[in-house]
Amino acid sequence: MSTTEGPTLIPDDAAAQEIAEREAKMRPRKGWFPGLGDKWNALPRQTQWLILIVVVVIAYLLPILNPPLITTEPGNNWQIALAQMSVYALIAVGLNVVVGYAGLLDLGYVAFFALGSYTAAMFTSPDSPYVHIPYLWTLPLAMAVAMFFGVVLGVPTLRLRGDYLAIVTLGFGEIVRILATIIPAMKGQVGFQNVGHPPGTDSAGQPIFLNSNGTPWYWFTLTIIIVVLLAAGNLERSRVGRAWIAIREDEDAAEIMGVPTFKYKVWAFAIGASVGGLSGALFAGQVGFVNNQKFDIATSILFVAAVVLGGTGNKVGAVLGGSLVAYIPLRFTAIAEFKYLIFGVALVIIMIFRPGGLLPARQSLLAYGRLAYNKIKGALGGTPASGKLAVEPGKGAGNE
Amino acid sequence: MSEAIEPEIDVDALKEQGIDLEVAERVAPERDITTKVGEALVQVQNLTVKFGGLTALDNVTFDINRGEILGLIGPNGAGKTTCFNAMTGVYKPTSGKVMLEGQLLNGLPQHKITRRGLARTFQNIRLFGEMTALENVVVGLDARHRTSVGGALLRLPTHVREEKTAIERGIALLEFVGIADHAHFLSRHLPYGYQRRLEIARALATDPKVLCLDEPAAGFNPAEKEELMALIRTIRDDGYTVLLIEHDMKLVMGVTDRIVVLEFGKKIADAVPKVIRDDPKVISAYLGEPEDDVA
Repeated sequence: MSTTEGPTLIPDDAAAQEIAEREAKMRPRKGWFPGLGDKWNALPRQTQWLILIVVVVIAYLLPILNPPLITTEPGNNWQIALAQMSVYALIAVGLNVVVGYAGLLDLGYVAFFALGSYTAAMFTSPDSPYVHIPYLWTLPLAMAVAMFFGVVLGVPTLRLRGDYLAIVTLGFGEIVRILATIIPAMKGQVGFQNVGHPPGTDSAGQPIFLNSNGTPWYWFTLTIIIVVLLAAGNLERSRVGRAWIAIREDEDAAEIMGVPTFKYKVWAFAIGASVGGLSGALFAGQVGFVNNQKFDIATSILFVAAVVLGGTGNKVGAVLGGSLVAYIPLRFTAIAEFKYLIFGVALVIIMIFRPGGLLPARQSLLAYGRLAYNKIKGALGGTPASGKLAVEPGKGAGNE
Repeated sequence: MSEAIEPEIDVDALKEQGIDLEVAERVAPERDITTKVGEALVQVQNLTVKFGGLTALDNVTFDINRGEILGLIGPNGAGKTTCFNAMTGVYKPTSGKVMLEGQLLNGLPQHKITRRGLARTFQNIRLFGEMTALENVVVGLDARHRTSVGGALLRLPTHVREEKTAIERGIALLEFVGIADHAHFLSRHLPYGYQRRLEIARALATDPKVLCLDEPAAGFNPAEKEELMALIRTIRDDGYTVLLIEHDMKLVMGVTDRIVVLEFGKKIADAVPKVIRDDPKVISAYLGEPEDDVA
């Protein structure tokens, strides 16, 4: 604790300045886009929406624009690359709920991704002897299945903390992969061909959602990402998000402040798992083929790397991290073989120079926080709030 | 007990350090306490905590009466914090009972004990560092909220209402402890004294029947201790019952209505401050046993 700080109860200008200075010092100012998060938060609402709309429109136009230099062609089809990037982005958003918000290191997240993929495959592929349902129905089903296993994994293991939890989840990730290998119904390496896709045909009578055409898949996944981001935002700015962050910050204190920590940890696991399942189902549909080869531990670590790279706890950072992790090996095919080496080095560098990730942004945890803080700052700028503490000049500047 | 309660408040002095009684009124929630003022709100009965062979708390019995400030004192290692932890569910008592308004608290999960109305602060400050001061307080307020995950996801009316009132009450609580103008700072960036106050605000936010303060004045200079004592008195006058752990005798004597003294895990005294001051057992506990020739 900061017992070394001179204890001050009644603030004076010096104390206020000291806090402002400390705030400034604590924020990582080195590296690229200094203070992006703060600048963003300082913008008025309308401007934020405007920027967001522009970003979203550009995101939707990406497969058509096929921007030079950025594009992955000629090595890889740009549209399909985008589709894969969007799936990774969605995974990172889901894992961010577990790792970023609740602070639970889940090294077996690939298991939920696998469960989603297998759900989609086993209910739509002609190779599967089971009931066949339309592909779109498998999306909620995959979420439900993954969520169920998230709870099943969470209830016994979430009493563990830190490293122990990481080890158990690591084991769970392997269990799912090995089960896919040894259970005959899951067809091991042979896998399932021709996984279903959403309905619809174009004017030529061809299905819109072809495995060889990434654009519709990309748009579809992007739309889902936006919905999931909005949902995650709603959770973040509610008692759920606050409970998660409180657990991450100090689990014992959270429990004593009346947060049912176990319940919210299981919720984090369940919600994270369901998004993982959803992305698995999308992945299965887009690739059209599912077998046991894609769900190894390395992939799991890659997911965690995506979250850390983007900025732990920041959902937008997770989108960026997820996309980058998928994008880099596709764009730079010459170095794709060394992708784990490169990500390893990149992570080390990022941890040194930008420990918060590429887009470190603090979560805002109050649904009407902006209003409240503006009120306080307004009170500071004008008359002293309810006639108590003296107004300190330079205070507003400390927080802009 | 009644003779010990003397709500003598200097309104102007309080205002000077940012405590506003009108605000206090607003902060005071509709409290649903059946116990009358002066009756036992919390009953600690034969509480014993053993760690392996070590008996940290030995058969301790005392009551906390509604409306009083009860001091729990003792030399270092006397078992004060252990007693606190056993009451709030951090430790499982080896034997004995803790009851709040006649209801047994033993064995309840900690968050349920808090919701029943027993809130606490920590000896070493444990705020949620990456949250702003206001958010810290709202976490405490959440203890009384009913929004479910679904409600938050879909922004149902209950959720919206709770979020709005939470901000109002959160700011009111910060005003109450005198740090409202720092609501938007991350709690880990606040000065030490503010962090202590924020902890109190966060505990008050859970709307407790009994507020347990674990050495809230640790690390304070005498002037700051005075201010803190004034704050604690205001909290009591506002209708809360306070259990105060402290080992600064002067400070405890000044603010409490009654004092329970622990030594080596045993209760050695339970009386009003005046009596405690002259209790030979307490004096020897603090100053050591007088040698025969010295006495």
